[in-house]
Amino acid sequence: MSLDTVSSATAHPESAQPFAELGLKPDEFQSIREILGRRPTSSELAMYSVMWSEHCSYKSSKVHLRQFGEKKPAEGWPQLLVGIGENAGVVDIGDGWAVTFKVESHNHPSYVEPYQGAATGIGGIVRDILSMGARPIAVMDPLRFGPADAPDTRRVLPGVISGIGGYGNCLGLPNIGGEVVFDASYLGNPLVNALCIGALRHDEIHLASAKGIGNLVVLYGARTGGDGIGGVSVLASETFSEGGPTKRPSVQVGDPFMEKLLIECTLEVLHAGLVEGIQDLGGAGISCATSELASNGEGGMHVWLDRVLLRDPTLSPEEILMSESQERMCAIVTPADLDAFMAICQKWEVEAVVIGEVNASGRLTVEWHGEQIVDVPPRSVAHDGPVYSRPMQRPAYLDALQADAPDRLARPATVEEVRSTLLTLIASPNLASKSWITNQYDRYVLGNTVLAQPEDSGMVRVDEVTGRGVAVSTDCNGRFAKLDPYNGAKLALAEAYRNVGVTGAVPLAVTNCLNFGSPEDPEVMWQFAEAARGLADGCLELNIPVTGGNVSFYNQTGTTAILPTPVVGVLGVIEDVTKRTSIAWSEGDVIFQLGETRDEFAGSEWAHVMHGHLGGLPPKVDLAAEIALAGVCADGLGWFHAAHDISDGGLLIALAEMALLSGVGAQLEPTGDLFVWSFAESTARAVVSVAVEDVQRLTALCSSQGVALQRLGVVAGDRLDLGGPIVTIAELREAHEATIPALFG
Amino acid sequence: MTSRIGVVTFPGSLDDRDAARAIRAAGGDPIALWHGDADLPDVAAVILPGGFSYGDYLRCGAIARFAPIMEQIIARANDGMPVLGICNGFQILCESHLLPGALTRNDHLHFICRDQRLRIESTNTSWTSDFTAGQEIVIPLKNGEGGYIADDATLDILESEGRVVATYVGPNPNGSRRAIAGITNARGNVVGIMPHPEHAIEALTGPTTDGLPFFTSVLTSLLASR
Repeated sequence: MSLDTVSSATAHPESAQPFAELGLKPDEFQSIREILGRRPTSSELAMYSVMWSEHCSYKSSKVHLRQFGEKKPAEGWPQLLVGIGENAGVVDIGDGWAVTFKVESHNHPSYVEPYQGAATGIGGIVRDILSMGARPIAVMDPLRFGPADAPDTRRVLPGVISGIGGYGNCLGLPNIGGEVVFDASYLGNPLVNALCIGALRHDEIHLASAKGIGNLVVLYGARTGGDGIGGVSVLASETFSEGGPTKRPSVQVGDPFMEKLLIECTLEVLHAGLVEGIQDLGGAGISCATSELASNGEGGMHVWLDRVLLRDPTLSPEEILMSESQERMCAIVTPADLDAFMAICQKWEVEAVVIGEVNASGRLTVEWHGEQIVDVPPRSVAHDGPVYSRPMQRPAYLDALQADAPDRLARPATVEEVRSTLLTLIASPNLASKSWITNQYDRYVLGNTVLAQPEDSGMVRVDEVTGRGVAVSTDCNGRFAKLDPYNGAKLALAEAYRNVGVTGAVPLAVTNCLNFGSPEDPEVMWQFAEAARGLADGCLELNIPVTGGNVSFYNQTGTTAILPTPVVGVLGVIEDVTKRTSIAWSEGDVIFQLGETRDEFAGSEWAHVMHGHLGGLPPKVDLAAEIALAGVCADGLGWFHAAHDISDGGLLIALAEMALLSGVGAQLEPTGDLFVWSFAESTARAVVSVAVEDVQRLTALCSSQGVALQRLGVVAGDRLDLGGPIVTIAELREAHEATIPALFG
Repeated sequence: MTSRIGVVTFPGSLDDRDAARAIRAAGGDPIALWHGDADLPDVAAVILPGGFSYGDYLRCGAIARFAPIMEQIIARANDGMPVLGICNGFQILCESHLLPGALTRNDHLHFICRDQRLRIESTNTSWTSDFTAGQEIVIPLKNGEGGYIADDATLDILESEGRVVATYVGPNPNGSRRAIAGITNARGNVVGIMPHPEHAIEALTGPTTDGLPFFTSVLTSLLASR
């Protein structure tokens, strides 16, 4: 194929172009022609197609995501140093320290090629954090799979886990938590989300902008290859169709060793003050990095594309522009600093090459062996893509679904039946121990991990001298979101907030990964809009900002979409990690429940596991109660012996988890309806244990904060004694730990 | 200089900061060493930390063994300088022939990270003298290729000469022959251990503080040999 240059595009205005194959709609193609005043060259078409893809442009979600920036207190968010829109938001955690954190999806690649899909998901989010100038300090993985016993889950899950371990362990980042959830709706559409946390000093923040005319654009890291071409447009922005051609060439292949070198090299050039602007290369590769840097900076950039170092010399310019080869970064460097920059790259054995220059042209121009192949306004590529207000419709099934309350389901009637229900639930895949999975991740590296799975939050120390640290939790019950997307998103937020709060950390900021079906389905679009609205409203009520996030659409096979799954991550700060509260209690403690239990079972684990039922309205959201509960837990720092969020499976599951982690049982004193007491999933609740001499103090604290307090019993022995049926810790352990290894070991 | 302990950073080293922290916690001065330097600065002992040097490409430790700094480390180790190789460092010591045998893929083929019980079998080394023989400790284990392997004759020699430094207690986590977790050379100055003592030096972040005596031992032995 001959080179399609800007002049040939002008000379041959009507040549046929494969815009539809590249994922563009006819009207989008027409807009490109209008922007350019001519047909695009094939290279320009490649750039627009990846940058205007759903994954990169957020064209269907943008109108809804605006709320995260718009719904804020009158005085703004004081803790926000860098807001939504950059690679990742930056939050002030005090003492001159800041953290940045973000969660992203790598769902579609992980279904096609589980190991590499999951591995490069970690690589991508780590580079996002790095490009803010932060040292990555921990990762977490919220994962969702089809039924645990489905053959395809046995293909996908072990590959995903090995990929996360294989890549993350080799990078030297502790994996401190996440989720593993099974549901039939994720069969064929697993959700592989990856979260990374980074720490930096306030004066170390860097942004993705190409400032300073005459400054140089340096591409460094791995060479560019033919992997992942069009990953964002082909994979992440279309629904899988059965019997279609294999999409494997669109999945990227990762090299964690290269990423580790890239991290160290990048931190060294940043700390040496050699970087004016920086951008990672992820989705849409060089197209994205150059157009975003130019668009955020002076507005002009010239690129010599033939200078890009290649793994495969036969790649065409279009392929080089679209390639999603991993482990690459792009930096803006002054000519005076170039030698020093190159020397540090050489020290880390990282290849680097100047591929462009910042100029005042207002255009992004690309040449290939002396011929101009791209001449576009960079903003039109990076920021002014199409924006859709897609049609929305409240699902026709919703009234019937909400009316089908779980009240009609048979409940355990005797104490013996409650006991056997407990053993069934704790062995069910969603509640069973995930240690077979988390034991394949390194949680110790860097030596600052204070809490990790199965604790409520992951917690890492940021400052080794003062003990200042952060806690992060991610949560979402997709069943709640299906029953009511608005409140389902608030419930996900409430749970993550509570999980951070019970450790004693003070929640500060929110990230999210909104996983949904096709935005072209008005019922899915309605779910998305409701969830976004719920999350924005919830954040305002809790007074914590959304700092960034990611949207993953097209998680559906045929016409069947996944459960709407707005995964919410909450980050909190703790001044002294040595005082944090674990979920492990101690012999002799007195146990209390904080918060109120109601007869709420819609969307619960009990309804799901025992009856395969989903219907009714999810538990009541009470964010004021969540704030009060977190406040009590923060006051309990240093004298609460244990605290554990009550959520999936209810109180009895929470108590069993505390007994399992600490190895000590409890003499319990159930009150009211034993079944409701045991398994209801009412929110804004936690189990807390304190020493006998602190009971008065707890009572006074809860009464001053308006938090209901109910005595549950005392920590003692080797069993959970319900005042009748007895479950030994050994029985619980066997039920809890056997399930996952039996399925996947 | 008796408290100056070098920690080598290879490309892909991960636990170098942890090793330095452990040296500090024991009262020593950690000195950062760079793989590409041919000269070994003034240090009294050296730690080869855990990680994936050179991405574990070719074979774990096989490339790191040829790093410029290794030439002097090998020479000084043969002269009696204490050297501790942890995990990937153990693999490098085997590839360097400072220790016999090799580390192979875990028998269950999965990476494993867990709190591991060990028995200290030998306190006659520069790195374990502050333990008592037979003492059981719990420190993190995390590896994909931690199965210790050597021929029977070598294993017999290691056992009969008291050169098995630590063994796994309970189920063998990686298929190591004779449950070997760590070994030493004939002189007792070079020790390789698969689990990670540097991750067990403070109760806040580790399962125990059982790893600390590895680092105090070397300071004690350096003082004694002055």
